[in-house]
Amino acid sequence: MRRTAIVDRPLDAAGLLAEVVRPANGAAVLFVGTVREVNQGRDVTGIDYRAYVPMAEEELARLAEEATQRFESADLVIEHRLGTLGLTEASVVIACAHPRRAAAFDCARWALEELKRRLPIWKREHYAEGDWGWVSAAVGEATP
Amino acid sequence: MRCDVLLFASYADLFGAPSVTIEVADPDPTVRALVGALRDTPWGAQLPSRPLIAVNRRYAPEAQTLRSGDEIALIPPVSGG
Repeated sequence: MRRTAIVDRPLDAAGLLAEVVRPANGAAVLFVGTVREVNQGRDVTGIDYRAYVPMAEEELARLAEEATQRFESADLVIEHRLGTLGLTEASVVIACAHPRRAAAFDCARWALEELKRRLPIWKREHYAEGDWGWVSAAVGEATP
Repeated sequence: MRCDVLLFASYADLFGAPSVTIEVADPDPTVRALVGALRDTPWGAQLPSRPLIAVNRRYAPEAQTLRSGDEIALIPPVSGG
């Protein structure tokens, strides 16, 4: 099982988990990335997620394919949400299942780190003071 | 060659538009040549020295040659997740 999507609706983490749980797998890892109230010392009230959507969809699919090659037998479902999200709302969900627990953890972590490094998605944070700013994970050059 | 370059997020704000048309002198320009032309625009000084370029929805190396009809995008530092 391998499925990825860029969506503009709330994410259903339990639904994604259900997609990867099956008798062959002895472990399932569910990662949920949520909007945090503080970033770099500033009070955040919400985040707009913007994307180069066609490329983000293709890059996410490529990434998941690479993950399931790297971690053989993994079942992997990833959804990333776009739009305006409030505090605690989920921006990304990764559900990964594997016959062995170590590979399930490693695959989910690898997919998350690659996603953050490669997906053409950008955060625009809204601050309690009323202003906003684009988040640069890497200042200057990015390095996919 | 005339290159229509898609812009996103902070770069769309920087250029004040969702895309920009760049004239590159070379008829068969590389990504490196396009980056050089982008850096010659009034906004170029605010770009990193080696900004990311995507061609046909894939990250492109500097030596890649651009073809007429390619979908070209200037990619700001990403921050998904």
